[in-house]
Amino acid sequence: MATLTLIEAVTLAMEHELARDKDVVLLGEDVGLNGGVFRATDGLQEKFGVDRVIDTPLAEAMIAGLSVGMAGQGMKPVAEMQFMGFVFPAFNQIATAAARMRNRTRGRLSMPLVFRMPYGGGIHAPEHHSESTEALFAHLPGLRVVIPSNPSRAYGLLLAAIRDPDPVIFLEPKRIYRIEKHEIEDDGEAYPLDTCFIDREGDDITLVSWGAMMHETLKAADKLSEDGISAEVIDVATISPLDSATILDSVEKTGRCVVIQEAPRAGGIASEIAAEIAEKGLLSLLAPVCRVAGYDTIMPYARMEGQYMPSVERITDEVQKVMQFK
Amino acid sequence: MRTSASFEIKYLQYLDEKAKPANDLPDFAKDPKILIQLYKDMQFVRILDKRTVALQRIGKMHTYPASLGQEAVGVGSGSSLQEGDVLIPYYRGTATMIAKGIKPHEILQYWGGDERGSDYKDKNCKEDFPIAVPIATQMLHAAGVATAIKLRKQKGRAVLTEIGEGGTSEGEFYEALNVAGVWDLPLVFIINNNQWAISVPTELQTRAETFAQKGIAAGIECLQVDGNDVIAVKDATTRALDKARTGGGPTVIEAICYRLSDHTTADDASRYNDPKVHEDAWKKEPIKRLQDYLLASGGALAEELESAEEECKALVEKEIQIYLKFMEEDHQPPEAMFDYLFAELPERTRVQRDEAIRRGSK
Ligand SMILES: Cc1ncc(C[n+]2csc(CCOP(=O)(O)OP(=O)(O)O)c2C)c(N)n1
Repeated sequence: MATLTLIEAVTLAMEHELARDKDVVLLGEDVGLNGGVFRATDGLQEKFGVDRVIDTPLAEAMIAGLSVGMAGQGMKPVAEMQFMGFVFPAFNQIATAAARMRNRTRGRLSMPLVFRMPYGGGIHAPEHHSESTEALFAHLPGLRVVIPSNPSRAYGLLLAAIRDPDPVIFLEPKRIYRIEKHEIEDDGEAYPLDTCFIDREGDDITLVSWGAMMHETLKAADKLSEDGISAEVIDVATISPLDSATILDSVEKTGRCVVIQEAPRAGGIASEIAAEIAEKGLLSLLAPVCRVAGYDTIMPYARMEGQYMPSVERITDEVQKVMQFK
Repeated sequence: MRTSASFEIKYLQYLDEKAKPANDLPDFAKDPKILIQLYKDMQFVRILDKRTVALQRIGKMHTYPASLGQEAVGVGSGSSLQEGDVLIPYYRGTATMIAKGIKPHEILQYWGGDERGSDYKDKNCKEDFPIAVPIATQMLHAAGVATAIKLRKQKGRAVLTEIGEGGTSEGEFYEALNVAGVWDLPLVFIINNNQWAISVPTELQTRAETFAQKGIAAGIECLQVDGNDVIAVKDATTRALDKARTGGGPTVIEAICYRLSDHTTADDASRYNDPKVHEDAWKKEPIKRLQDYLLASGGALAEELESAEEECKALVEKEIQIYLKFMEEDHQPPEAMFDYLFAELPERTRVQRDEAIRRGSK
């Protein structure tokens, strides 16, 4: 049993799979000797060698395309994009190959690969290092998009992602890389994909979020309970394909729902969740489903990012509004 | 079998590692005043970098990429630009940008996390692009600017862009070279070969003997220069820009130097570099090289160079103070997040803008 941060849990999961399955390889920019710019692969090249933990030339389309080719041979590449903001050269490979290969070949070829990338704001990073563009991936059928919100989930979900026979986009909320520690047993026990986690039970309202925003959401739930509002809190974890059933069950119980995301409001996962509830849970609703989200604007640079980020206060304000709806 | 093509890559150096001059120095290098100016420009950037890294350490700057050891690449190329030329810089282009006329405090504002740092005020810099962080994207922007110049048959204008040697592994780099070659674009590509792409050394980027020769496959004239020799960098860039301005097409210049700093303030190069190599690299660094030459050739007296350095310190301090005052006193209002998204704000965004103002003023 070790006490680990989220990023250490990511490392541990990769280490576990490298040891367990000889088809697993890690690749990316600076993942070798340097151990990744956030140290996610720290020490792994030393342990497993340069053929298992590979420093690539600097080219994201190449990293993604190589991964597709290796996966076609049954290898299990776990590729790191240094930051989500630099995935775009790879987007072509992800959208036109990784997401579609099983379907194109009617199951003859599959893509057991993982693209890991740090994402999200709040660490005063330079331009292009703070966006939350998870919805771009979630909109591509054939991809799983998985986001851990704490160390245990990072370990369990990454194990599952690496073992999954299909492509997984594994987004790591870097703001919470080192914010808390969990006791983690390196038992190789994977968590289920495609399943929401209920982190807190409650009766009055359902709060739904994922990734770093889970922390604001849980804090908001604490505040609300001081005001006598009992919030159920759901961590979506796999934002695509979405486990609507867990959310709908909860909303059936509470009758109210607020969805919280760091990403801009328009066209985000929160919109998809709200639409699911509108279609399938309308009659259990006592109030409109509301979203707390980033603004529909370019992620501001470091000085102003605080103005952009959804805060605990924005969540509690929205919940109060929903509670008072008549 | 016959040979269909063959090539060679020339290496240009005027001051060797001991600062001994070749006997055919270019004309500009025969004028000590010009050399002293180049010396000052390099010193300025080095002092600015040092101050800026120190600011980062005390929380007054965010992540910053220093140019230590690469001052000659930026100063030599940037000082070759003329009015009407366009610069498409990347994140390690501080020296080039300043030589072009972009204000040092604007560059600091950008790295300090303020968008206004890219609103260049100098009238010579109105068409320059902001710092490119997504690697190699700038190569194609430069090709696009050069295409506009070419299509409009504008005489006497050229484009300069820069990239690290690691960045030359990106597809967009090759795409830009290719189109620049096919269309004879008025464009100069500078490859700053500082030996490192964060922790990745050049031998993990390419099996080619030189980065310059990547231009060969695109049919572009290319050469290597000693990136620690500001005279060589300036001479090569000046000629390449002249060629571009007069319809002679593109050039690739690989400037070989060494990154004497960490990749950025967020990096720790001691995790991956060899201290011995690093130490050796210090012996070749560009400022000392020019200084040694100026002193040995009688182009400048030691006191002159010392007072030049003092002058630079004072100028840097002025820029730092402008920056610090700006950071202290000048904050963008919340609505600034919205006001530059579109020429005209859509109604939907206006509602969000109002909310941001309401929340921001609390
Ligand atoms: C498309 C893209 N991928 C990755 C990064 C992250 N990154 C920033 S600098 C860097 C290394 C660049 O090395 P090189 O091109 O040699 O230039 P240098 O920084 O040494 O000047 C990397 C990988 C990025 N900014 N853009």
